Amino acid sequence: MTPPRQRPGTGETATARLARLLTLVPWLSNRPGISVEDAATGLGISEDQLRADLDLIFVCGYGQMPDEMIEVDAEGDRIVVRNAETIARPLRLGIDEAITLMVGLRALGKVPGLTDTDAIDRALARLEEATGAIGAVAGRVSVSIDDDGDDTAGLLADARRALAGHRRVHLRYLVPSRDETTERDVDPMRVVNLDAHWYLEGWCHRAQDTRLFRLDRIEELTVLDVDGTPPATARVRDLDLGTFQPGPTDQLVVLRVDRGARWVSDYYPVESVTELGDGGQEISLRTGDTEWLRRLALRLGGLGTVVSPASLAQEVAYAARAALTAYDLES
Amino acid sequence: MSAAPGPTAKTERLLNLVLCLLYTRRPLPKSRLRDMVPQYASAASDEAFDRMFERDKDELRELGIPLVTEELSGIWDDEPGYRIHERDYALPDLTFEPDELAVLGLAARTWAQASLAGPAAEAIRKLKAAGIERDEDSLVGIEPRLRTTEPSFDAIRRAVIAQQTVTFDYRRPDGEVASRRVQPWGMASWHGRWYLTGHDEGRGAERVFRLSRIVGEVVPDPKAPAYAVPPGHDATASVRRSTSGRPQPEPAVLRVRAGQGHTLRRRAQSVEEVDEYWSRVSVEYGDVESLADEVVGHGADVVAERPVELVLAVVRRLDGALTAHGATS
Repeated sequence: MTPPRQRPGTGETATARLARLLTLVPWLSNRPGISVEDAATGLGISEDQLRADLDLIFVCGYGQMPDEMIEVDAEGDRIVVRNAETIARPLRLGIDEAITLMVGLRALGKVPGLTDTDAIDRALARLEEATGAIGAVAGRVSVSIDDDGDDTAGLLADARRALAGHRRVHLRYLVPSRDETTERDVDPMRVVNLDAHWYLEGWCHRAQDTRLFRLDRIEELTVLDVDGTPPATARVRDLDLGTFQPGPTDQLVVLRVDRGARWVSDYYPVESVTELGDGGQEISLRTGDTEWLRRLALRLGGLGTVVSPASLAQEVAYAARAALTAYDLES
Repeated sequence: MSAAPGPTAKTERLLNLVLCLLYTRRPLPKSRLRDMVPQYASAASDEAFDRMFERDKDELRELGIPLVTEELSGIWDDEPGYRIHERDYALPDLTFEPDELAVLGLAARTWAQASLAGPAAEAIRKLKAAGIERDEDSLVGIEPRLRTTEPSFDAIRRAVIAQQTVTFDYRRPDGEVASRRVQPWGMASWHGRWYLTGHDEGRGAERVFRLSRIVGEVVPDPKAPAYAVPPGHDATASVRRSTSGRPQPEPAVLRVRAGQGHTLRRRAQSVEEVDEYWSRVSVEYGDVESLADEVVGHGADVVAERPVELVLAVVRRLDGALTAHGATS
């Protein structure tokens, strides 16, 4: 069983803390004289938590004689842990721990165009050797982080080259929600893979802001012989919420969907969902660009209705009538 | 001795117990452990100590600590002894090259936004416990991220790992919810979504389930008979098969306004200019309804010409949208 995910210190169970300490002790023993700050960072805990942990291990040992107990010297800012040979090595990797690394490595190994797969293979082989049977179980969980495949391998290589060399790139980029191709100069900041697509994140000179560009929508990427260091004020976006991040000033749209279009609230980041009792839902979401919503409403073909704003509902009706004209002429 | 409160005292007790069991060269009877671990002195009676010790043993084993029971010799011979063998406990002495540590770090960071972020970070700390800090960022700038936003992710993962039959409510695309009983075989992340593959007992066949469509609790059945995962089962391949249709033999033909329909033009098999306003584009497709969804999104800029099923599907959507959004205005 996995202990529930929680920050150490906030309601951490006694056993979860024990598991952490069994790694902390060898980690610190092998770094005599490390500063409190560095140790806390390396161990992923607060300095207060670290001091509390040191107080705890200080009273532990395989007996109660001084030479049987773990020695902790943390008088100043430096930590020295001694006499902990009994747990000189951490506990073997747990199943979840091994799986995260193996599944992650296997996914990385399948990224097209990576020239450094040798290190991945070696790390995986060593890990499998060390974990034995877990390797087979880890094989039951698989991840494909690259659905675009070879089509974007060249772009991925170019984007990485620009990033490593701090070069500006020129993009011809397709914006599908508006069905338009745009030209822009971008200073690359990182290459991210999210929900199985690769994105180039960078400072867009056209938007004067940080933007994410999906690689499979880049029609052409030219690495320019121009310094591509982004402005000091440029910040990468927090991708916890995905690539689609509505702003508070975006327009609120209310959409009513039938049972057959419930996937909409699954698929798009929505602000709220109200069940209507008949299997339908009333969905509200915020967006700065209503064009994709107009397309969505057409696609839903009556399974979804824009309730507000009224102007958007009118746009949908207008677009549907305009499109139908073509078929009237033919029939 | 410290007078630490509840959880801290328990951590001290468990840590002391682990240290004693690892240090010993021969199995120790629990009476001896009661003397060695000072926190056991607080046990009010023999029964209280027995209960505490049993629970401690279980909890250590749940953490994956290989606490074993071995026979005692000599004067203790009617009592079992306990110990932890270092060779089974300790992470093998792995020496990773700096570039290997770099890719391992990247593999761990892949989970930074997922429910497995904790185990991933802990795994890296264990591998680096020996003191190696130096790593090379050989995959500079690359940041893959996996997300596990589906509430059922952890329960399904446990069932897949433990090979344990589960029951859950599952919502079909049409909204119908029904209970399913499944022998889990594997799970896969595909196009950014998690799927479970397994044997659906009710259907008597292999099925693929999207985790986001699981409603409510996933209930494991510990009494269910053991089952085998078919050798060579590839969860990703199953998901791929179930989510993508075969391409139709004949391509669809669309009329696309000049300067529009870029997504369709990009994957077109052929583009023929009709006049200065229109192109005729033929595209391969798997499913009429999905293509109709895409065509209709382009409004008056893309007109379906062939096949007739596509034309009908597009017109049906346009009629529906028009009716829903005020056909009378």
